[in-house]
Amino acid sequence: MIYLDNSATTKMYPEVVETFATVANNFSGNPSSLHRLGEEASILMERSRIQIADLLGMSASEIVFTSGGTEGDNWVIKGTAIEKMPYGKHIITSTIEHPAVYQSMKQLETLGWEVSYVPVDENGIISVKLLEEALREDTVLVSVMAVNNEVGSIQPLKEIGKILENYPSIHFHVDAVQTLGKIPFNLNDYPRVDMAVFSAHKFHGPKGIGFVYIKKGRVLAPLLTGGGQENNLRSGTENLPAIVAMAKALRMSLDKLTDAPIQLEKQHKIIMGFLDNQSTVDVFSSSKGAPHIICFGISGIKGEVVVHALEKKGIYISTTSACSSKKQLNSSTLYAMNIPKRKAESAVRISMDVENTSAEIDQLVDSLQETIVKFKDIR
Amino acid sequence: MEKIYLDYASTSPMHPEVIQNMTEAFSEYVGNASSIHQFGQKSRGRLDRARRAISKSINAKPVEVVFTSGGTESDNMAIFQCARAHQNKGKHIITTAIEHPAVLRPLEKLESEGFKVTYLPVDSKGEVTTQQVEAAITSETILVTIMYGNNEIGSIMPIQSIGRMLNENYSHIIFHTDAVQAYGIESIDVKECHLDMLSVSAHKINGPKGVGCLYINENIHLPAMLVGGNQEMKKRAGTENLPAIIGFDKAVEITQRDQSDRKKRYTAWKIVLLEELKKANIDVRVNGTLDNKLAHILSIHLVGTAAEKLIIQLDLNGIAVSVGSACTAGSPEPSHVLQALHGQNGTAVHESLRISMGLNTKESDILYLAKKIIQLTKK
Repeated sequence: MIYLDNSATTKMYPEVVETFATVANNFSGNPSSLHRLGEEASILMERSRIQIADLLGMSASEIVFTSGGTEGDNWVIKGTAIEKMPYGKHIITSTIEHPAVYQSMKQLETLGWEVSYVPVDENGIISVKLLEEALREDTVLVSVMAVNNEVGSIQPLKEIGKILENYPSIHFHVDAVQTLGKIPFNLNDYPRVDMAVFSAHKFHGPKGIGFVYIKKGRVLAPLLTGGGQENNLRSGTENLPAIVAMAKALRMSLDKLTDAPIQLEKQHKIIMGFLDNQSTVDVFSSSKGAPHIICFGISGIKGEVVVHALEKKGIYISTTSACSSKKQLNSSTLYAMNIPKRKAESAVRISMDVENTSAEIDQLVDSLQETIVKFKDIR
Repeated sequence: MEKIYLDYASTSPMHPEVIQNMTEAFSEYVGNASSIHQFGQKSRGRLDRARRAISKSINAKPVEVVFTSGGTESDNMAIFQCARAHQNKGKHIITTAIEHPAVLRPLEKLESEGFKVTYLPVDSKGEVTTQQVEAAITSETILVTIMYGNNEIGSIMPIQSIGRMLNENYSHIIFHTDAVQAYGIESIDVKECHLDMLSVSAHKINGPKGVGCLYINENIHLPAMLVGGNQEMKKRAGTENLPAIIGFDKAVEITQRDQSDRKKRYTAWKIVLLEELKKANIDVRVNGTLDNKLAHILSIHLVGTAAEKLIIQLDLNGIAVSVGSACTAGSPEPSHVLQALHGQNGTAVHESLRISMGLNTKESDILYLAKKIIQLTKK
């Protein structure tokens, strides 16, 4: 079995599973309870927060735990909109955001907000110039993802940040779900970013847990209200076992990534080199994109057919993102890149992980070769 | 030193079988339940099975159960989304003064947006009556949200009778109940109670934290709060937290094993505790009454004893109990439930303990608690 759908979800590391079970067994208190069991739980939770902050160069008070990437994106976008309502109701985003961002925008539009969608080029990279032109007096939020989940394009966060330095009151939000454990990514390189959203199950942690970075001094209205946990920013009993497991997964993923960029880039080159040489293949990812994601299509063959053909060979890839692949097989990112419908329907995505060996990649290339040849005959 | 946990209402330890099932699930169900490949399909199948079992436990249809990140999200979603989607029909909501903060805070937020909320007072038993609810209804009323059983004093509300009244005379009004404390203790039938929405949290029934569900009657319109991917029948976006849902499923099965037996046990131990205290001439009064109560919760007023100090002393003796709910803990604010019962300045507000029992509770724990309370209050 070769698992190459790591952008949809990753397998939890066994050590992370163990951490989860240990905490579940031994720390059963509610971190908000005043008694000793509660206090033990609370201390452990704060230790995890500090560990995550240290690993990422943030301060612990800038980290708020959530139920994952979707909640994080929904919260930052709507929380900013509500918080900044007196100052304006205009938002800027790109045309290739994850549905958690895109649908939040759509929801705000129905409530009277105005959203500008800045287009991307043929490589799936947002136009910084058009973004700058879209800025207005009443702009309160700029939301741009770090790495696109369908084609792997890396967005120019530095350049956007530079422009936004002249607009200090605008919240700059980054959906960074596809970064940690995949590419070297440190928010200190992007000092203008105000909020960044992360999800643990993308870096071998548990599902149902994630965190939002909120720069000191920035204010967000809460989305979930109630008991006032997480400093009144996110109510709900703290999910301690998942939080501790997430911290562990992050440390392990970052450790493993130290040598991985070179390995991932090598594997990326091998696959891209192979695909570029195929006359019946359209490659949608740019060679300058994130090395773990490759999006391509065998022309005339529906993506779903290719997914199932490779599945028979024990290789698991996906159509586009899992979040939309059940209902709608078409990639919104590819449409935004002006890829014609017929080609976009052929798209499949390989998403690698530091755990994938070069033998696996060789086998993938062999299987792709066979599949491409087979479909040549059918066409 | 003995360690005795009597704070199950704030959270319950995960059952070993739940931990076991989840630990296995982490490696067995690798796929994203929305992925189209075989791993995804396998996860999907298991997800559907859990949904069937959990929906059956409240006599709902599988399509009527939406998984969430827990009780707080379920309550927030039910209240915010219902109010916003139905405000064209009216902006009046009826609730009680003793709801959980996850219900009260969203209602306060709605009040700031122009909704009118009636907070029904409770009687000395901590209950409201169907007549009270009916008298509060206006032509503007769109939602009635009343908890099934109270988390601090355990009083059970006449949900079935309120549901019948609403169904007969005001079938356009949506009826929600926060059943976070009652689920697993009481047998709940959403059809018999004519409920439109019901919130459940897994960690109160020895399941994992970070997962719960919201029952939504298939005939009512409730748009998603967290938007993004098409998961959960488009009612709640976010990668499905399958391992936690599997743990939830197991926890539900465990609660059904000896539900009526447990109820009898807990009820008997409440009487044991009260008798022991009375035998030692301690002036103890039950907040509310002993009848018609969630069996696992007992709130007692120890006349003349400062509760906060006693809790710390009990904690030093290895006993975990609480003042009120953990969810407002951390903040030393007086309990709004006890205030509703005894008046804002009633002495009971600062002289009450909540004892809450669960799967691992033994009679000897209760006797030990009684012994320690006697020792500490007589000092």
